Amino acid sequence: MEGVTIKLKKQPKIIGSYAIVGPKEGQGNFGTYFDYVMKNDFFGEDTFEKAERKMMENAIVGVIQKAKLQTSDIDLLISGDLLNQIISSSYAARAFKIPFLGVYGACSTMAESIAVASILVDAGFCKNVVCCTGSHFSTAERQYRFPLELGNQRPPTSQWTVTGAGSSVISLEGEGPKVTEITFGRVIDWGINDVNNMGGAMAPAARDTMLRHFKNTKTKPEDYDLILTGDLGKLGSEILIDLMEDEGIKLGTNYGDCGQMYFKRKQQTLCGASGAGCCATVFNSYIMKKLKEQQYKKILFMPTGALLSTTSTQQGDTIPCTCHAIVIEA
Amino acid sequence: MDDKQRNEAYNQYVKAKIPKTRAWPSLFNSFWVGGVICLIGQAINDLLKLAFPMLSQQTNWTLTLIILIFIASFLTGIGVYDQIGKFAGGGSIVPITGFSNSITSPSIEFKSEGIIYGICVKMFTIAGPVIVFGVASSMVVGFIYWIISLF
Repeated sequence: MEGVTIKLKKQPKIIGSYAIVGPKEGQGNFGTYFDYVMKNDFFGEDTFEKAERKMMENAIVGVIQKAKLQTSDIDLLISGDLLNQIISSSYAARAFKIPFLGVYGACSTMAESIAVASILVDAGFCKNVVCCTGSHFSTAERQYRFPLELGNQRPPTSQWTVTGAGSSVISLEGEGPKVTEITFGRVIDWGINDVNNMGGAMAPAARDTMLRHFKNTKTKPEDYDLILTGDLGKLGSEILIDLMEDEGIKLGTNYGDCGQMYFKRKQQTLCGASGAGCCATVFNSYIMKKLKEQQYKKILFMPTGALLSTTSTQQGDTIPCTCHAIVIEA
Repeated sequence: MDDKQRNEAYNQYVKAKIPKTRAWPSLFNSFWVGGVICLIGQAINDLLKLAFPMLSQQTNWTLTLIILIFIASFLTGIGVYDQIGKFAGGGSIVPITGFSNSITSPSIEFKSEGIIYGICVKMFTIAGPVIVFGVASSMVVGFIYWIISLF
Protein backbone atom coordinates (compact mmCIF):
# COMPACT_ATOMS: atom_id res chain seq x y z
CA MET A 1 0.00 0.00 0.00
CA GLU A 2 1.43 3.34 -1.02
CA GLY A 3 0.84 6.77 0.49
CA VAL A 4 1.00 8.02 4.01
CA THR A 5 -1.59 9.17 6.47
CA ILE A 6 -0.68 12.62 7.71
CA LYS A 7 -0.99 13.08 11.47
CA LEU A 8 -1.47 16.72 12.40
CA LYS A 9 0.51 17.65 15.52
CA LYS A 10 -1.32 20.82 16.54
CA GLN A 11 -4.71 19.54 15.39
CA PRO A 12 -6.34 22.59 13.80
CA LYS A 13 -9.97 23.22 14.69
CA ILE A 14 -13.00 23.84 12.49
CA ILE A 15 -14.16 27.00 14.25
CA GLY A 16 -17.04 27.83 11.94
CA SER A 17 -19.28 26.13 9.43
CA TYR A 18 -22.05 27.36 7.15
CA ALA A 19 -24.38 25.69 4.66
CA ILE A 20 -26.70 27.27 2.11
CA VAL A 21 -28.99 25.16 -0.10
CA GLY A 22 -31.71 25.33 -2.72
CA PRO A 23 -35.44 24.82 -2.06
CA LYS A 24 -35.54 21.10 -2.99
CA GLU A 25 -32.59 20.41 -0.67
CA GLY A 26 -34.36 22.38 2.06
CA GLN A 27 -37.22 19.89 1.89
CA GLY A 28 -34.83 16.95 2.20
CA ASN A 29 -33.83 15.03 5.29
CA PHE A 30 -31.32 17.62 6.54
CA GLY A 31 -33.59 20.59 5.77
CA THR A 32 -33.82 21.92 9.30
CA TYR A 33 -30.05 21.92 9.89
CA PHE A 34 -29.04 24.27 7.06
CA ASP A 35 -28.19 27.91 7.81
CA TYR A 36 -30.05 29.27 4.81
CA VAL A 37 -32.54 27.83 2.32
CA MET A 38 -32.93 29.75 -0.94
CA LYS A 39 -36.46 30.49 -2.12
CA ASN A 40 -35.69 29.56 -5.71
CA ASP A 41 -32.80 28.24 -7.79
CA PHE A 42 -32.07 31.62 -9.38
CA PHE A 43 -31.31 33.34 -6.04
CA GLY A 44 -32.22 36.72 -7.52
CA GLU A 45 -29.78 36.42 -10.44
CA ASP A 46 -30.53 36.10 -14.15
CA THR A 47 -28.46 32.96 -14.81
CA PHE A 48 -27.88 29.77 -12.82
CA GLU A 49 -24.10 30.28 -13.02
CA LYS A 50 -24.42 33.65 -11.31
CA ALA A 51 -26.72 32.08 -8.73
CA GLU A 52 -24.07 29.44 -7.94
CA ARG A 53 -21.46 32.16 -7.57
CA LYS A 54 -23.66 34.22 -5.27
CA MET A 55 -24.38 31.11 -3.21
CA MET A 56 -20.66 30.60 -2.65
CA GLU A 57 -20.13 34.27 -1.82
CA ASN A 58 -22.90 33.98 0.76
CA ALA A 59 -21.34 30.84 2.21
CA ILE A 60 -17.98 32.59 2.58
CA VAL A 61 -19.47 35.71 4.20
CA GLY A 62 -21.71 33.56 6.41
CA VAL A 63 -18.93 31.36 7.73
CA ILE A 64 -16.64 34.30 8.52
CA GLN A 65 -19.48 35.87 10.51
CA LYS A 66 -20.29 32.63 12.29
CA ALA A 67 -16.65 32.21 13.31
CA LYS A 68 -16.85 35.78 14.72
CA LEU A 69 -14.03 36.98 12.48
CA GLN A 70 -13.51 39.78 9.96
CA THR A 71 -12.56 39.30 6.33
CA SER A 72 -9.19 40.85 7.17
CA ASP A 73 -8.50 38.01 9.66
CA ILE A 74 -8.61 35.42 6.88
CA ASP A 75 -5.23 34.53 5.37
CA LEU A 76 -6.38 32.24 2.59
CA LEU A 77 -9.50 31.07 0.79
CA ILE A 78 -9.42 27.51 -0.58
CA SER A 79 -12.34 26.75 -2.82
CA GLY A 80 -13.56 24.57 -5.67
CA ASP A 81 -16.68 23.62 -7.62
CA LEU A 82 -17.81 21.54 -10.59
CA LEU A 83 -18.01 24.06 -13.42
CA ASN A 84 -15.35 24.25 -16.12
CA GLN A 85 -12.23 26.10 -14.92
CA ILE A 86 -13.90 26.29 -11.47
CA ILE A 87 -15.42 29.65 -12.37
CA SER A 88 -17.88 29.76 -9.48
CA SER A 89 -15.04 29.68 -6.95
CA SER A 90 -12.78 32.14 -8.73
CA TYR A 91 -15.61 34.56 -9.44
CA ALA A 92 -16.81 34.32 -5.85
CA ALA A 93 -13.24 34.99 -4.66
CA ARG A 94 -13.21 38.16 -6.77
CA ALA A 95 -15.59 39.72 -4.24
CA PHE A 96 -13.10 39.35 -1.36
CA LYS A 97 -9.67 40.73 -0.64
CA ILE A 98 -8.46 37.29 0.44
CA PRO A 99 -5.70 35.35 -1.37
CA PHE A 100 -7.35 32.50 -3.25
CA LEU A 101 -6.28 28.93 -3.92
CA GLY A 102 -8.53 27.03 -6.33
CA VAL A 103 -8.71 23.27 -5.89
CA TYR A 104 -10.53 20.60 -7.86
CA GLY A 105 -11.47 17.18 -6.59
CA ALA A 106 -14.96 17.04 -8.11
CA CYS A 107 -17.34 15.94 -5.35
CA SER A 108 -14.44 15.30 -2.94
CA THR A 109 -13.43 18.98 -3.00
CA MET A 110 -14.70 19.73 0.52
CA ALA A 111 -12.37 17.16 2.12
CA GLU A 112 -9.53 18.18 -0.16
CA SER A 113 -9.81 21.86 0.77
CA ILE A 114 -10.16 21.15 4.51
CA ALA A 115 -7.12 18.86 4.29
CA VAL A 116 -4.95 21.45 2.54
CA ALA A 117 -6.14 24.20 4.88
CA SER A 118 -5.44 22.09 7.98
CA ILE A 119 -1.91 21.33 6.83
CA LEU A 120 -1.20 25.02 6.19
CA VAL A 121 -2.65 26.03 9.56
CA ASP A 122 -0.90 23.19 11.39
CA ALA A 123 2.44 24.19 9.91
CA GLY A 124 1.85 27.75 11.07
CA PHE A 125 1.90 29.36 7.63
CA CYS A 126 -1.69 30.57 7.92
CA LYS A 127 -3.79 31.59 10.88
CA ASN A 128 -7.36 31.38 9.62
CA VAL A 129 -8.28 29.64 6.38
CA VAL A 130 -11.72 29.52 4.79
CA CYS A 131 -12.69 26.41 2.77
CA CYS A 132 -15.70 26.57 0.49
CA THR A 133 -17.30 24.14 -1.96
CA GLY A 134 -20.53 24.28 -3.88
CA SER A 135 -22.53 22.95 -6.79
CA HIS A 136 -25.79 23.83 -8.52
CA PHE A 137 -28.21 21.32 -10.05
CA SER A 138 -29.04 23.44 -13.09
CA THR A 139 -25.46 24.43 -13.99
CA ALA A 140 -24.14 20.90 -13.55
CA GLU A 141 -27.02 19.41 -15.50
CA ARG A 142 -26.41 21.76 -18.37
CA GLN A 143 -22.67 21.14 -18.41
CA TYR A 144 -22.73 17.36 -18.04
CA ARG A 145 -26.13 16.16 -19.22
CA PHE A 146 -29.26 17.40 -20.99
CA PRO A 147 -31.31 20.63 -20.96
CA LEU A 148 -33.68 20.85 -17.99
CA GLU A 149 -36.87 20.93 -20.06
CA LEU A 150 -35.97 17.96 -22.25
CA GLY A 151 -38.59 15.25 -21.83
CA ASN A 152 -36.25 12.31 -21.23
CA GLN A 153 -36.25 9.70 -18.49
CA ARG A 154 -33.43 9.44 -15.96
CA PRO A 155 -31.84 6.00 -15.68
CA PRO A 156 -32.41 4.23 -12.33
CA THR A 157 -28.75 4.67 -11.33
CA SER A 158 -28.71 8.44 -11.82
CA GLN A 159 -28.29 10.88 -8.95
CA TRP A 160 -29.48 14.41 -8.31
CA THR A 161 -26.84 17.16 -8.13
CA VAL A 162 -27.30 19.18 -4.96
CA THR A 163 -27.85 22.92 -5.21
CA GLY A 164 -25.88 24.20 -2.27
CA ALA A 165 -22.62 25.46 -0.88
CA GLY A 166 -20.84 24.67 2.37
CA SER A 167 -17.93 26.41 4.02
CA SER A 168 -15.69 26.01 7.05
CA VAL A 169 -13.06 28.09 8.83
CA ILE A 170 -9.90 26.27 9.94
CA SER A 171 -7.85 27.81 12.73
CA LEU A 172 -5.72 26.97 15.77
CA GLU A 173 -7.54 29.47 17.95
CA GLY A 174 -11.15 29.14 19.00
CA GLU A 175 -13.43 26.24 19.78
CA GLY A 176 -14.53 23.45 17.50
CA PRO A 177 -13.93 19.88 16.33
CA LYS A 178 -10.31 19.03 15.51
CA VAL A 179 -8.88 17.75 12.24
CA THR A 180 -6.41 15.06 13.30
CA GLU A 181 -5.53 12.81 10.37
CA ILE A 182 -5.52 13.08 6.61
CA THR A 183 -5.19 10.41 3.93
CA PHE A 184 -5.08 11.78 0.40
CA GLY A 185 -6.60 9.58 -2.25
CA ARG A 186 -5.03 7.93 -5.26
CA VAL A 187 -6.77 8.07 -8.62
CA ILE A 188 -8.53 4.77 -9.14
CA ASP A 189 -10.23 3.56 -12.31
CA TRP A 190 -11.93 0.18 -12.42
CA GLY A 191 -13.23 0.56 -15.93
CA ILE A 192 -16.75 1.92 -15.46
CA ASN A 193 -17.69 4.28 -18.30
CA ASP A 194 -21.37 4.87 -17.57
CA VAL A 195 -21.74 8.54 -16.57
CA ASN A 196 -25.12 7.74 -15.11
CA ASN A 197 -23.56 5.36 -12.63
CA MET A 198 -21.18 7.51 -10.61
CA GLY A 199 -21.64 5.40 -7.49
CA GLY A 200 -20.33 2.32 -9.24
CA ALA A 201 -17.38 4.25 -10.64
CA MET A 202 -16.41 5.89 -7.34
CA ALA A 203 -16.84 2.98 -4.91
CA PRO A 204 -13.41 1.44 -5.74
CA ALA A 205 -11.73 4.80 -4.96
CA ALA A 206 -13.45 4.87 -1.55
CA ARG A 207 -12.35 1.27 -0.97
CA ASP A 208 -8.73 2.10 -1.79
CA THR A 209 -8.52 5.15 0.50
CA MET A 210 -10.38 3.36 3.29
CA LEU A 211 -8.07 0.34 3.17
CA ARG A 212 -4.97 2.53 3.16
CA HIS A 213 -6.31 4.69 5.98
CA PHE A 214 -7.19 1.71 8.21
CA LYS A 215 -3.80 0.13 7.53
CA ASN A 216 -1.77 3.30 8.13
CA THR A 217 -3.59 4.26 11.32
CA LYS A 218 -4.08 0.67 12.52
CA THR A 219 -7.78 1.35 13.11
CA LYS A 220 -10.95 -0.59 12.41
CA PRO A 221 -14.42 0.68 11.37
CA GLU A 222 -15.56 0.23 15.01
CA ASP A 223 -13.04 2.87 16.14
CA TYR A 224 -15.15 5.58 14.52
CA ASP A 225 -18.56 6.83 15.57
CA LEU A 226 -19.33 7.54 11.95
CA ILE A 227 -17.73 6.71 8.63
CA LEU A 228 -19.21 9.07 6.10
CA THR A 229 -18.73 8.91 2.33
CA GLY A 230 -19.82 11.75 0.08
CA ASP A 231 -22.08 10.93 -2.81
CA LEU A 232 -21.78 7.25 -3.60
CA GLY A 233 -25.56 7.14 -3.44
CA LYS A 234 -27.73 4.14 -2.81
CA LEU A 235 -26.04 1.84 -5.31
CA GLY A 236 -22.47 3.03 -4.71
CA SER A 237 -22.62 2.66 -0.95
CA GLU A 238 -23.98 -0.88 -1.30
CA ILE A 239 -21.12 -1.66 -3.66
CA LEU A 240 -18.60 -0.22 -1.18
CA ILE A 241 -19.99 -2.41 1.61
CA ASP A 242 -19.59 -5.45 -0.69
CA LEU A 243 -16.06 -4.44 -1.72
CA MET A 244 -14.97 -3.97 1.89
CA GLU A 245 -16.53 -7.29 2.83
CA ASP A 246 -14.34 -8.94 0.19
CA GLU A 247 -11.36 -7.46 2.07
CA GLY A 248 -12.63 -8.85 5.35
CA ILE A 249 -13.80 -5.50 6.75
CA LYS A 250 -17.41 -5.22 7.84
CA LEU A 251 -18.99 -1.78 7.55
CA GLY A 252 -21.82 -1.68 10.07
CA THR A 253 -24.43 0.77 11.22
CA ASN A 254 -21.79 3.46 11.77
CA TYR A 255 -21.32 3.74 8.00
CA GLY A 256 -23.37 6.31 6.09
CA ASP A 257 -23.39 8.11 2.77
CA CYS A 258 -24.46 11.76 2.42
CA GLY A 259 -25.89 11.17 -1.07
CA GLN A 260 -28.03 8.27 0.04
CA MET A 261 -29.41 10.09 3.08
CA TYR A 262 -29.89 13.53 1.54
CA PHE A 263 -33.33 13.40 -0.05
CA LYS A 264 -36.61 11.87 0.99
CA ARG A 265 -37.90 8.96 -1.08
CA LYS A 266 -40.88 10.87 -2.40
CA GLN A 267 -38.53 13.47 -3.90
CA GLN A 268 -37.73 10.94 -6.65
CA THR A 269 -33.99 11.32 -6.90
CA LEU A 270 -33.47 7.62 -7.76
CA CYS A 271 -30.02 6.73 -6.35
CA GLY A 272 -29.82 9.85 -4.16
CA ALA A 273 -27.90 13.11 -4.17
CA SER A 274 -24.52 13.95 -5.69
CA GLY A 275 -22.35 16.94 -6.46
CA ALA A 276 -19.70 18.87 -4.60
CA GLY A 277 -22.40 20.61 -2.56
CA CYS A 278 -23.81 17.30 -1.31
CA CYS A 279 -21.24 16.35 1.33
CA ALA A 280 -20.21 20.01 1.79
CA THR A 281 -23.66 21.03 3.03
CA VAL A 282 -24.28 17.91 5.13
CA PHE A 283 -20.86 18.13 6.75
CA ASN A 284 -21.11 21.83 7.51
CA SER A 285 -24.56 21.58 9.05
CA TYR A 286 -25.71 18.26 10.53
CA ILE A 287 -22.33 16.61 11.08
CA MET A 288 -20.72 19.71 12.62
CA LYS A 289 -23.70 20.12 14.95
CA LYS A 290 -23.45 16.52 16.14
CA LEU A 291 -19.69 16.87 16.63
CA LYS A 292 -20.15 20.02 18.70
CA GLU A 293 -22.81 18.29 20.79
CA GLN A 294 -20.32 15.45 21.35
CA GLN A 295 -22.77 12.94 19.90
CA TYR A 296 -20.02 11.95 17.52
CA LYS A 297 -16.56 11.85 19.07
CA LYS A 298 -14.51 10.65 16.13
CA ILE A 299 -15.59 10.51 12.51
CA LEU A 300 -13.96 9.49 9.26
CA PHE A 301 -15.12 11.84 6.52
CA MET A 302 -14.20 10.55 3.09
CA PRO A 303 -16.04 12.03 0.11
CA THR A 304 -15.34 10.61 -3.33
CA GLY A 305 -15.00 12.49 -6.61
CA ALA A 306 -15.34 11.43 -10.23
CA LEU A 307 -12.61 13.16 -12.22
CA LEU A 308 -14.21 13.07 -15.65
CA SER A 309 -15.10 15.75 -18.17
CA THR A 310 -17.69 15.87 -20.95
CA THR A 311 -14.89 15.46 -23.50
CA SER A 312 -13.52 12.29 -21.92
CA THR A 313 -17.06 10.93 -21.72
CA GLN A 314 -17.82 11.62 -25.36
CA GLN A 315 -14.57 9.92 -26.34
CA GLY A 316 -15.73 6.82 -24.48
CA ASP A 317 -13.10 6.94 -21.73
CA THR A 318 -13.62 5.24 -18.40
CA ILE A 319 -14.12 7.33 -15.25
CA PRO A 320 -11.11 7.87 -12.94
CA CYS A 321 -12.10 8.64 -9.35
CA THR A 322 -10.50 9.70 -6.12
CA CYS A 323 -11.36 9.85 -2.44
CA HIS A 324 -9.78 11.96 0.30
CA ALA A 325 -10.22 10.97 3.92
CA ILE A 326 -10.01 13.21 6.98
CA VAL A 327 -10.48 12.24 10.60
CA ILE A 328 -12.32 14.74 12.76
CA GLU A 329 -12.50 14.46 16.52
CA ALA A 330 -14.88 16.37 18.75
CA MET B 1 -5.66 -11.33 -11.25
CA ASP B 2 -4.46 -8.46 -13.45
CA ASP B 3 -6.16 -5.08 -13.79
CA LYS B 4 -8.05 -5.94 -16.97
CA GLN B 5 -9.58 -9.08 -15.50
CA ARG B 6 -10.44 -7.25 -12.30
CA ASN B 7 -12.14 -4.44 -14.26
CA GLU B 8 -14.14 -6.93 -16.31
CA ALA B 9 -15.22 -8.80 -13.20
CA TYR B 10 -16.12 -5.53 -11.49
CA ASN B 11 -18.14 -4.30 -14.48
CA GLN B 12 -20.08 -7.56 -14.52
CA TYR B 13 -20.71 -7.35 -10.79
CA VAL B 14 -21.94 -3.72 -11.07
CA LYS B 15 -24.14 -4.59 -14.06
CA ALA B 16 -25.85 -7.29 -12.04
CA LYS B 17 -26.30 -4.91 -9.12
CA ILE B 18 -27.92 -2.06 -11.07
CA PRO B 19 -31.65 -1.67 -10.30
CA LYS B 20 -33.67 -2.63 -13.35
CA THR B 21 -36.33 -0.50 -14.98
CA ARG B 22 -39.60 -2.40 -14.98
CA ALA B 23 -40.22 -2.88 -18.70
CA TRP B 24 -43.97 -3.59 -18.86
CA PRO B 25 -45.29 -0.55 -16.94
CA SER B 26 -42.89 1.71 -18.90
CA LEU B 27 -43.98 0.22 -22.21
CA PHE B 28 -47.64 0.53 -21.27
CA ASN B 29 -47.28 4.24 -20.38
CA SER B 30 -45.29 4.93 -23.54
CA PHE B 31 -47.92 3.15 -25.60
CA TRP B 32 -50.96 4.96 -24.34
CA VAL B 33 -49.41 8.46 -24.13
CA GLY B 34 -47.92 8.07 -27.61
CA GLY B 35 -51.33 6.90 -28.81
CA VAL B 36 -53.09 9.87 -27.24
CA ILE B 37 -50.65 12.29 -28.94
CA CYS B 38 -51.39 10.65 -32.31
CA LEU B 39 -55.11 10.80 -31.56
CA ILE B 40 -54.84 14.54 -30.87
CA GLY B 41 -53.02 14.93 -34.20
CA GLN B 42 -55.76 13.06 -36.02
CA ALA B 43 -58.44 15.16 -34.28
CA ILE B 44 -56.71 18.41 -35.33
CA ASN B 45 -56.51 17.10 -38.88
CA ASP B 46 -60.20 16.16 -38.97
CA LEU B 47 -61.30 19.46 -37.43
CA LEU B 48 -59.24 21.40 -39.99
CA LYS B 49 -60.92 19.39 -42.74
CA LEU B 50 -64.32 20.33 -41.35
CA ALA B 51 -63.48 24.00 -40.81
CA PHE B 52 -61.60 24.61 -44.05
CA PRO B 53 -62.91 22.16 -46.70
CA MET B 54 -61.23 24.14 -49.49
CA LEU B 55 -57.69 23.22 -48.31
CA SER B 56 -55.85 20.38 -50.02
CA GLN B 57 -54.94 17.26 -48.02
CA GLN B 58 -51.23 18.20 -48.25
CA THR B 59 -51.82 21.67 -46.73
CA ASN B 60 -54.01 20.12 -44.09
CA TRP B 61 -51.23 17.73 -42.97
CA THR B 62 -48.71 20.55 -42.89
CA LEU B 63 -51.00 22.69 -40.74
CA THR B 64 -51.60 19.75 -38.36
CA LEU B 65 -47.84 19.28 -37.90
CA ILE B 66 -47.31 22.99 -37.30
CA ILE B 67 -50.03 23.02 -34.64
CA LEU B 68 -48.60 19.92 -32.90
CA ILE B 69 -45.10 21.41 -32.95
CA PHE B 70 -46.43 24.64 -31.50
CA ILE B 71 -48.32 22.90 -28.70
CA ALA B 72 -45.26 20.83 -27.70
CA SER B 73 -43.00 23.87 -27.86
CA PHE B 74 -45.42 25.83 -25.71
CA LEU B 75 -45.71 23.00 -23.16
CA THR B 76 -41.89 22.84 -23.03
CA GLY B 77 -41.74 26.56 -22.37
CA ILE B 78 -44.10 26.38 -19.40
CA GLY B 79 -42.29 23.32 -18.01
CA VAL B 80 -44.96 20.67 -18.62
CA TYR B 81 -43.46 18.57 -21.42
CA ASP B 82 -40.53 17.29 -19.36
CA GLN B 83 -43.05 16.03 -16.79
CA ILE B 84 -44.93 14.18 -19.52
CA GLY B 85 -41.59 12.82 -20.78
CA LYS B 86 -40.61 11.61 -17.34
CA PHE B 87 -43.81 9.59 -17.19
CA ALA B 88 -44.15 8.40 -20.78
CA GLY B 89 -40.54 8.05 -22.00
CA GLY B 90 -40.51 6.98 -25.64
CA GLY B 91 -44.23 7.65 -25.94
CA SER B 92 -43.64 11.40 -25.94
CA ILE B 93 -40.17 11.37 -27.56
CA VAL B 94 -40.97 9.49 -30.77
CA PRO B 95 -43.87 11.63 -32.15
CA ILE B 96 -43.07 14.98 -33.75
CA THR B 97 -43.89 16.67 -30.43
CA GLY B 98 -40.74 15.08 -28.94
CA PHE B 99 -38.71 16.52 -31.79
CA SER B 100 -40.16 19.93 -31.05
CA ASN B 101 -39.28 19.51 -27.37
CA SER B 102 -35.69 18.53 -28.22
CA ILE B 103 -35.22 21.80 -30.13
CA THR B 104 -37.06 24.11 -27.75
CA SER B 105 -35.45 22.84 -24.55
CA PRO B 106 -31.81 23.65 -25.45
CA SER B 107 -32.96 27.00 -26.87
CA ILE B 108 -34.44 27.92 -23.50
CA GLU B 109 -31.47 26.52 -21.63
CA PHE B 110 -28.79 28.40 -23.56
CA LYS B 111 -30.62 31.71 -23.83
CA SER B 112 -28.14 33.05 -21.27
CA GLU B 113 -25.26 32.69 -23.77
CA GLY B 114 -26.93 35.10 -26.21
CA ILE B 115 -28.84 34.70 -29.47
CA ILE B 116 -25.97 33.61 -31.77
CA TYR B 117 -23.70 31.58 -29.48
CA GLY B 118 -26.48 30.42 -27.21
CA ILE B 119 -29.79 29.81 -28.92
CA CYS B 120 -28.65 29.39 -32.55
CA VAL B 121 -25.56 27.26 -31.85
CA LYS B 122 -27.10 25.02 -29.19
CA MET B 123 -30.57 24.66 -30.70
CA PHE B 124 -29.72 21.47 -32.59
CA THR B 125 -27.44 19.81 -30.03
CA ILE B 126 -30.01 17.07 -29.45
CA ALA B 127 -32.07 17.15 -32.66
CA GLY B 128 -28.98 17.56 -34.90
CA PRO B 129 -28.19 13.84 -35.36
CA VAL B 130 -31.87 13.15 -36.09
CA ILE B 131 -31.88 15.77 -38.83
CA VAL B 132 -28.58 14.54 -40.31
CA PHE B 133 -29.74 10.92 -40.43
CA GLY B 134 -33.17 11.96 -41.67
CA VAL B 135 -31.72 13.91 -44.61
CA ALA B 136 -29.06 11.26 -45.36
CA SER B 137 -31.51 8.36 -45.33
CA SER B 138 -34.04 10.23 -47.47
CA MET B 139 -31.26 10.84 -50.01
CA VAL B 140 -30.47 7.10 -50.08
CA VAL B 141 -34.14 6.19 -50.42
CA GLY B 142 -34.60 8.84 -53.14
CA PHE B 143 -31.63 7.45 -55.03
CA ILE B 144 -33.01 3.89 -54.87
CA TYR B 145 -36.42 5.18 -55.97
CA TRP B 146 -34.80 6.92 -58.95
CA ILE B 147 -32.89 3.75 -59.96
CA ILE B 148 -36.10 1.69 -59.80
CA SER B 149 -38.03 4.30 -61.82
CA LEU B 150 -35.47 3.95 -64.66
CA PHE B 151 -36.71 0.43 -65.44
